[in-house]
Amino acid sequence: MADKTVTPFLIFWHKFKRQKSALVAGIFILLLVLAAIFAPFLAPYDPYATDYSQAMMPPSKEHWAGTDVFGRDILSRILYGARISLAVGLSSVAIGAIVGVTLGLLSGFFGGFLDELIMRTSDVLFAFPGILLAIAVVAILGPGLVNVVFAVAIFSIPTFARIVRGNTLAIKESLYVRAARSMGASNNRIMFVHIMPGTLGGAIVYFTLRIGTSILTASSLSFLGLGAQPPTPEWGAMLAESRDYIGVADHLTIFPGIAIFLTVLAFNIFGDGLRAAFDPKIR
Amino acid sequence: MLQYFLRRCISIIPVLLVVSILVFLFVHLLPGDPARIVAGPDADEATIRQVRIELGLDKSFPEQYLTYMGRLFRGDLGKSLRSKLPVAQEIALRYPPTLYLAAASMAWSILFGVFFGAYAAMHRGKWQDYTAMVVAVSGISMPQFWLGLLLIQLFAVHLGWFPVTGFTGKWKELVLPSLTLGATVAAIIARFTLSSFLDVLQEEYINTARAKGLLERVVMWKHAFRNALIPVVTMVGLQFGFLLGGSVVVETVFAWPGLGRYMIESVSVRDYPVLQALLLLYSFQFVVINLLVDMLYAVINPEIRYK
Repeated sequence: MADKTVTPFLIFWHKFKRQKSALVAGIFILLLVLAAIFAPFLAPYDPYATDYSQAMMPPSKEHWAGTDVFGRDILSRILYGARISLAVGLSSVAIGAIVGVTLGLLSGFFGGFLDELIMRTSDVLFAFPGILLAIAVVAILGPGLVNVVFAVAIFSIPTFARIVRGNTLAIKESLYVRAARSMGASNNRIMFVHIMPGTLGGAIVYFTLRIGTSILTASSLSFLGLGAQPPTPEWGAMLAESRDYIGVADHLTIFPGIAIFLTVLAFNIFGDGLRAAFDPKIR
Repeated sequence: MLQYFLRRCISIIPVLLVVSILVFLFVHLLPGDPARIVAGPDADEATIRQVRIELGLDKSFPEQYLTYMGRLFRGDLGKSLRSKLPVAQEIALRYPPTLYLAAASMAWSILFGVFFGAYAAMHRGKWQDYTAMVVAVSGISMPQFWLGLLLIQLFAVHLGWFPVTGFTGKWKELVLPSLTLGATVAAIIARFTLSSFLDVLQEEYINTARAKGLLERVVMWKHAFRNALIPVVTMVGLQFGFLLGGSVVVETVFAWPGLGRYMIESVSVRDYPVLQALLLLYSFQFVVINLLVDMLYAVINPEIRYK
């Protein structure tokens, strides 16, 4: 790389591409996103179309993943389910990140009472195990996918706030921030233009890892009957429907589970890869 | 030491206070009038008004909160809307099964997690390391309810080795649910043990021990292992919260007669006194366990006490 300028991105890419498993996970996520977007073209059947003459058929040439109790094509339902899971995962983490990053910035930048208030509140949020908090929120808002998004978003907030607060405290004292201040930059400008970009590295890693966890939690809630309601082709809800046919039709349980497992696994491995690539201690 | 313990004990009071306020407000965040929920869908206005007075809902928020806390300290958690029985009694009935499940899960996940984490660290860069870590990251990504269904499918339905669901007090019934609930925690502990171990292996005294000509086995198990376990203790404590949360899912899969399934049932019928009590109980447990872990940590690692 002698004749190339070494940018931070190049260093990152150099470190990231060495991790083959993270690279594979990244490609899997990309394919999954494409599959979700183009589900109407890829799915061989209508995910809602019932056909009782074809109910609970094992995997075959016509139905690669078999059919469910209503004769619906499971592969088509899984493809449409990818839309739901990705949308729920992404949007809930995005909401959590926006709120968490803002709170973390405010907390680290202004300190004092505001800092105490935000950090103690996040302690309390930590006091509830994530899924219990989500169940409590769903109990208040009522079951449904949109409410699950909010429920899952809430418990992403504290960690984002902590990561960003820590980085803000460090960057706040740096020379270039003091320079900006001496030139008369406003608080808002310093916070969002000068400090925020520096805090995002850790937040991005957590964002990726969090998507996996959020998809997992959201599908658990749907499995418990608190999220997506039938006949929505949500993976967790599909597994809930399969429970009554264990031992009768095993494929009902196997395929939606594989979909959740691989998706969450891919996000976790990809996130681990990002973390290693951002880690200045690893060269 | 004593001073540190006292300070730590006092520090949980504000957290518990905020939690209790949130749980108290929970009723008022619910859509609809609590009095109407209690009185039932067919009640007329007069009945609802009377229920409102009985429940003290006509008083101001601070007054209601004080009454609520007063009753709480006397052990009165209210009555279940569904069964009309005292909530405390309902919870006492379902507490032991959840406790057995959590204890069994914790026990085996510590055993497997620490062993495989340490094993991976000792075979750094070899296939044993990779295999252990692939299994660990899979364990973290595995939906518990799916793992539970698969275990039921294979070991209960097809092989018939264990009962499908339920709990009547036999250890055989405990095997599949505790394996399911402990899997994620075992994976988390394994990953954490590995990284803690690798940190310790870089310390000077490990070099010294090796330079003395000690057997690698002695260096690993006697010198490295004990020190590597210190951070793991904290981690294990924090996982109790995860177990409590996970028990909700696992108990539903296995029709386990514990608190987790009770909670889900209560959400669907909006039995809010039960939900309030359970939320309070869960967070109380979690805060107290964290406290105990911190204390244990101070006992093992004297550095903490002097901060």
